[in-house]
Amino acid sequence: MGMTVAEKILARASGLAFAQPGDVVEPKVDLAMSHENAALVINQFNEIYQGTELTPRIWDASKVAVIFDHRVPAESPKTATNQKKVREFVAAHALAKFHDIRGDVGGICHQVLPEYGYVRPGMVVVGTDSHTTSHGALGAFAFGIGATEMASVWALGVAVNVEVPATIKINVRGRFSRCVGPKDLILYLIGQLTAQGANFKVLEFQGETIEQMFTSGRLVLCNMSVEAGATAGIVPADEETARYLSEEAGVTDSLDLVQPDPDAGYEREVEINVSALSPQIACPHTVDNVKPVEQVVGRPVHQIVIGSCTNGRLDDLAMAARIVKGRKIASGTRLLVFPASGKVYRQALAKGYVGALMQAGAVVMNSGCGPCLGVHEGALGDGEIALSTTNRNFKGRMGNPNSEIYLCSPAVAAASALTGRITDPRDESL
Amino acid sequence: MATVVYKVADDVSTDAIYPGRFMATVLPEETPQFAFADDQEFNGQLKANKIPSGSYIVGGRNFGCGSSREQAVSCLKGHELVIVARSFARIFLQNSVNLGLKLVTCPEIEANLGDTLKLDAAELVNISTGRRFAIVPLPQSRQAIIDAGGLIAYTRSRLLREAANRSVEWKTIG
Repeated sequence: MGMTVAEKILARASGLAFAQPGDVVEPKVDLAMSHENAALVINQFNEIYQGTELTPRIWDASKVAVIFDHRVPAESPKTATNQKKVREFVAAHALAKFHDIRGDVGGICHQVLPEYGYVRPGMVVVGTDSHTTSHGALGAFAFGIGATEMASVWALGVAVNVEVPATIKINVRGRFSRCVGPKDLILYLIGQLTAQGANFKVLEFQGETIEQMFTSGRLVLCNMSVEAGATAGIVPADEETARYLSEEAGVTDSLDLVQPDPDAGYEREVEINVSALSPQIACPHTVDNVKPVEQVVGRPVHQIVIGSCTNGRLDDLAMAARIVKGRKIASGTRLLVFPASGKVYRQALAKGYVGALMQAGAVVMNSGCGPCLGVHEGALGDGEIALSTTNRNFKGRMGNPNSEIYLCSPAVAAASALTGRITDPRDESL
Repeated sequence: MATVVYKVADDVSTDAIYPGRFMATVLPEETPQFAFADDQEFNGQLKANKIPSGSYIVGGRNFGCGSSREQAVSCLKGHELVIVARSFARIFLQNSVNLGLKLVTCPEIEANLGDTLKLDAAELVNISTGRRFAIVPLPQSRQAIIDAGGLIAYTRSRLLREAANRSVEWKTIG
């Protein structure tokens, strides 16, 4: 029997000709990413060497990436001290792929890794962040791990005892209608699969809709695959992957576009036609509580967030700017925009998106995770309701358990900013 | 034997176990104070040391979903709690194995707050109701890490073994 993309990548990285679900393998890691939680990884890494005469040594400093994004600029002395400690470690171990808090090379880790061409098809990528699944959009096998596991990767260069997951094939057909896109597709899929429906599985996205989708959209799908519990989401690498890496990331190396075998074995297949799909909304307090926008229109919202590793890219800001241009954000509603990286921010400035958003009343913040995880910037008041293009709406996620979060696409977020209520962006009266 | 001190529903996220605003705190000796911080009553009991070690938290399906934050495991480990759930989310399960937090996967578990549970090799007995529930053992692949006493110890012993092998090779070549 043939292999899925995940099985092929794991087999090769583990020095095997074949791998199937349930096999326990030890893949070599091609890229190991951390953000501020590198502070904890460093502790655990040093702990490994405690009581031995060995010198702590990173297995390959060229394969470790550290990107500050969760709390930028630091919101507290504690965070600033952690970031300082990480900077010192990065310098001492000569880690090559370090992105500090900067407007030129900084940004959210899941935007910076693709943008700089660090992720290639066929790679094994691990990250101390659950949304590391994003990088499957470039045909890599990418999964989230904890800080202690990362410390072990730093020391050994392999992920130990990885069980090869079974793959679920998601076959997507049809054309999105106006103001409907990848975010609506992935929210719909999570609603169908449930928050645990893909636990310990891989989602492999295929079909004409995926083939025609830009990498920016594929990143949305793979980013949120973890919200159905998936170990990884993968789009088999193709011409679009090669185009993205060459045109947008400046990669000139030859690429191995790993495709699944025609007789690959899938645990099951899910068919979706997007032609009739409405904008989708994940309602409080779970990501799988998904409804078509028609069922929630009119709900008042106090804070709207456009950004994050899910939807802070140039096409997201373009969509939002197009909708609000020349209009005003409703009074009583605030719109916060977080470009996903310094590069995205500068491109959005050059194209006039930032100006259009600000003139409409949006506050455009620095690149970073922003209020997504409730750490700083954009806290919610008691009883307030947020509408956000981010990826999680768990109770208290944005820092206040007495608030509610709805998740949506940039188009829904921007249209709703104009009315102060959840609004269908296809509404012609807008 | 120990008592169920906390009961939660399906899909309890690591944001609920360890809210993001405390993530700048990383040390395992400091994280336990923020366990379930948004539930002031239970968090208060934990902080007042009113919960004996070995007590059970009973969850539903997909316990520990969401963020990969390891604090969600170290904060529970700090109180030496045992987590029984119908299923666990992948990263939480792996983090628990790595740090030595005891998890019991028990797909049919039914227990209420205050019930007494007894864990045997292959089943979990609810002494209060007399019902017995099968447990699902951890995958064999995780056992090597548990046997070593956690991932830190496991990785340390591998590095030492590799270093010893290198030194043997060196002597052989030399």
